[in-house]
Amino acid sequence: MSITQVLFWFLSALALSGALMVVLSRNPIHSVLWLIVVFFAISGHYVLLNAQFLAIVNLIVYAGAIMVLFLFVVMLMNLNSETEPQKNNMLKIAGAISGGSLMLIMIDVVSSSADITGKSAMLKDGNIGLIKNLGKAMFTEYVVPFEISSVLFLSAMVGAVVIGKKSDAKAV
Amino acid sequence: MPVQYYITLSIIIFCIGVVGVLTRRNAIIIFMCIELMLNAVNLMLVAFSKMHNGLAYASDPTSLVGMDGQLFVFFIMVVAAAEVSVGLAIIVMMYRNTHSVDVNFLNRLKN
Repeated sequence: MSITQVLFWFLSALALSGALMVVLSRNPIHSVLWLIVVFFAISGHYVLLNAQFLAIVNLIVYAGAIMVLFLFVVMLMNLNSETEPQKNNMLKIAGAISGGSLMLIMIDVVSSSADITGKSAMLKDGNIGLIKNLGKAMFTEYVVPFEISSVLFLSAMVGAVVIGKKSDAKAV
Repeated sequence: MPVQYYITLSIIIFCIGVVGVLTRRNAIIIFMCIELMLNAVNLMLVAFSKMHNGLAYASDPTSLVGMDGQLFVFFIMVVAAAEVSVGLAIIVMMYRNTHSVDVNFLNRLKN
């Protein structure tokens, strides 16, 4: 097995085990840390596919900003571990069965499709992951979604501040 | 790498996220599983973009055929970041009013 194949399997195993531990952890802080591991593994996959810009943006935005925000919120609420009694085992089994059957159906449908048998995702080569080409395409063809996303950020920021404000006009 | 491997990996991570959203009661963990699902979709989009680029690379090594997939992933990350900020503001406000982030508890409040 070449080094790229070894890396692929290692990163896949890391991503899958991290995702499982996110769902199965009792402590919410452990879940946040395992999700950071998943993001690092997925950024490793992007680097392997030569999507360099997306790898760095994934690390900076997801693992760097969003997860830190989650960690702040979890620590603000002082959640040490979920202490509520888990009385609904039936719900967990039903959830696992429905998720598992969704997974089996999707894998079966997509893997036997005629469009993708025999095609491979190209590793380590190709020009489309480079930031120069992405930047050229974004600012010529996709400049309207780019500007609209800045409006989206403004509205999200205003919305978050409005939601989070303490309303001191309540009648006591 | 055959693209089926990437598709299978992405589907498994997506379904782990689905099971997490259905099973867990903590609103923050549900939100994190939504982010897991978004990342699985991102991985699949990048794999498909490299698949199309690989097909065109055979004839022309400087082709830019699969660029749209990676730009779409960029915009998905943009939307996810905005959604996380608003969602966490809602969760903090929910906690401030009821001192709990249990979604079952909030469901019972409707009576």
